Amino acid sequence: MKLQEYTESKHNFEECMKCTVCTAYCPVLQANPLYPGPKQAGPDGERLRLKDPYFFNQALKYCLNCKRCEVACPSGVNVADLIQSARIKYDHTPPKLRDRILASTDFMGKLARPFAPIVNGVTSLGITKTVLDATLKIDHHRTFPKYSGMGFESWLKLHRKEQAEFPEQVAYFHGCYVNYNYPQLGKDLVKVLNALGVGVQLLEKEKCCGIALITNGMSAEARKHAVHNIGQLRQAVVDKGLKVLTTSSTCALTMRDEYPNLLGVDNADVRESLLLATRFIYEKLEKGAQLKFKPGYHKKIAYHTPCHLEKMGWGIFSQKLLQMIPGVEFTLLDTNCCGISGTYGFKKENYEVSQAIGEALFTQIRAVNPEVVACDCETCKWQIEMSTGYTVMNPISILAEAIE
Amino acid sequence: MKFDTVIIGGGLSGMIAGITLQKAGQRTAIISTGQNALHFFSGSFESMQEPEQRVLDLFAEAGVRLHYTPGVRLMPLGTFKESALSLEDVDLFPTPAFAKKVLIVNFTGYHDFFSSFLAEGLEKQGMSCRVRFLNLPEMERFEQSPSEMRSVQIARTMDRVWEKVVQEVRVLLKDEDTVILPQVFGLQDTSVPGRIRQNIPARVIFAGTLPPSVPGLRTQILLKQRYQLLGGTYLMGDEVVRAHTHRGVVHSVATKNLDNHYVEADSFILSTGSFFSKGLVSNPFEVFEPIFGLDVEFKEDRNEWYNPAFKEDQPYMHFGVKADANLHALKDGKPLKNLYVAGSVLGDNCPEFGTAAGKAIRTALHAVDQILKK
Repeated sequence: MKLQEYTESKHNFEECMKCTVCTAYCPVLQANPLYPGPKQAGPDGERLRLKDPYFFNQALKYCLNCKRCEVACPSGVNVADLIQSARIKYDHTPPKLRDRILASTDFMGKLARPFAPIVNGVTSLGITKTVLDATLKIDHHRTFPKYSGMGFESWLKLHRKEQAEFPEQVAYFHGCYVNYNYPQLGKDLVKVLNALGVGVQLLEKEKCCGIALITNGMSAEARKHAVHNIGQLRQAVVDKGLKVLTTSSTCALTMRDEYPNLLGVDNADVRESLLLATRFIYEKLEKGAQLKFKPGYHKKIAYHTPCHLEKMGWGIFSQKLLQMIPGVEFTLLDTNCCGISGTYGFKKENYEVSQAIGEALFTQIRAVNPEVVACDCETCKWQIEMSTGYTVMNPISILAEAIE
Repeated sequence: MKFDTVIIGGGLSGMIAGITLQKAGQRTAIISTGQNALHFFSGSFESMQEPEQRVLDLFAEAGVRLHYTPGVRLMPLGTFKESALSLEDVDLFPTPAFAKKVLIVNFTGYHDFFSSFLAEGLEKQGMSCRVRFLNLPEMERFEQSPSEMRSVQIARTMDRVWEKVVQEVRVLLKDEDTVILPQVFGLQDTSVPGRIRQNIPARVIFAGTLPPSVPGLRTQILLKQRYQLLGGTYLMGDEVVRAHTHRGVVHSVATKNLDNHYVEADSFILSTGSFFSKGLVSNPFEVFEPIFGLDVEFKEDRNEWYNPAFKEDQPYMHFGVKADANLHALKDGKPLKNLYVAGSVLGDNCPEFGTAAGKAIRTALHAVDQILKK
């Protein structure tokens, strides 16, 4: 008896009971009156759009894709997927030059890295910020992440031999941020995994996960990235029997959920093997593996769960790992969006909304007054560091610092 | 991941159980498929029995102050319902004729507060009513997206500008002894309803709006914060898809988000709610409990599920999971040794625990008592 077969709807939109719970948890609705809200933009709007695409509303671009509506929905409606799918299906406005630049994280990284010191110098100049603000509408408050001279890929290739000697192996999807901007996070992961007897390999050739392409209206390009990356994951998972780890919660969510749900790229054979590094490490420790911690380590940490990690439900692994470190004084921050949402907060028209959304989080961080904020997302890091002045570290880096 | 107790369902019942167990030194997790019935909470627990002191203490420690005043409460459409245990900002009256002259204040453009129905209902009780609408500049932003002018959005603004509402009401007030305002105050700052009452020279009643319920959302936020502060693990937006049971003992559950990472525990509490939150599921042939396949009390003949008179008591609302006197869940007529049932998933089974929110609280505490006795 397969009754459900006949009542299924795309992204479960017919399950919506109009209970309005999602509207209470939408961070944008609180800050931007131009946004129609998740219920209206999602399941309510979908009924109209199915009748006539005329009802597509450009204001859907204000959705952060934070997925908090989905986490709150008692009926299992994939509200954010409905909104993002509608943007993909109905919005044919060509993306602006600025959005193309912001979305092409790996292309820009490749371009900038050889000239890292110059690029870093130029992008941090006040005059550059003013010009970018005036010409491209990239908000002048923002600081571009610094580029690193030697990419993580090149560094790991230098250590390929010694990594291959470890009895257990994993593949690492480092993502654009670790490769171009902050290789130290990748090195920290290698240190922790090596301490657990695990060697780290690269995928043969990874591309940006594509989240910024999706949210900036470049879904065709995003799909190409998805097809390519899933092929790469298959090589690692199916052919070599490896788990693939990421240190970015958004890369993980994009490849696990956005690929099949928004881009129609099937990942069923690799999905369960794609893990956030903290989950992999937690599971190893749970099975009896040991890490040797430095004596006398002390750190007061406030942990912020990024929206996409909240959606994946894996924040507990990062939290429990940090709590395991002797000498850590741990506070779990209330679950709130920081407001940046990747490239969203870089756009001039979103700057004020972005800061208004993050205010509750910033206020709580100031009240807790930790030594560092821990968080698994690079764009949350930029936002929190810029808005509060507190240093933000990935839990992996904290772990690397705390072990011998 | 291993816990002492895993609670499936994060509503009122689940959080009461979780907080009590954490206080008793247990390590617990709550797994919740999205948000819960507290978002539709009237502010008054539908229970006439006097609560145990530990219930009042538990709420007070979370920052939720309750009062026990058997009587009636004002419903959103101007009718009255018997109530006893309520949130501090929800008033209960000995009789429906609680005032002589009433000023009902609404916001222009806000359609989720039924001021004219309220007036009609109160006039039937012999009260004279005047309805007035406020135009605050802070509310103009909502006009750009009127479909989302909802209680919670207004409440977030009111936390900042409630004093302006007080000023406006003081200007409007003539000889009325009572002012009725929508329940859109005190979402984050819980002192606001009390301060409004202090500053308006008449009795102030807060009456219900369409969902989401502001007092309910506030209660949810405070209870969840309290639970997490006590060290509880709250997995929001996850769903138990499978349970692993051997010889009448539940060992672990699998969830949608954690896929092959099973959540183990010594004891489990099922507090998944009724049909709305899918604690109970129906198809044209049966009503069933989807996680464990527990025994469910329901009428065989589908024609007896409904009363065609829509407003009448609906039989299906009384269906629920069967449990023994100690709230062990029954499967194929036998109790599962470490699975307890609490809250509205019980339907009308175990009537000795009362009904509705009162039952949610009492069954949660009874289940916890059984677990801690072990």
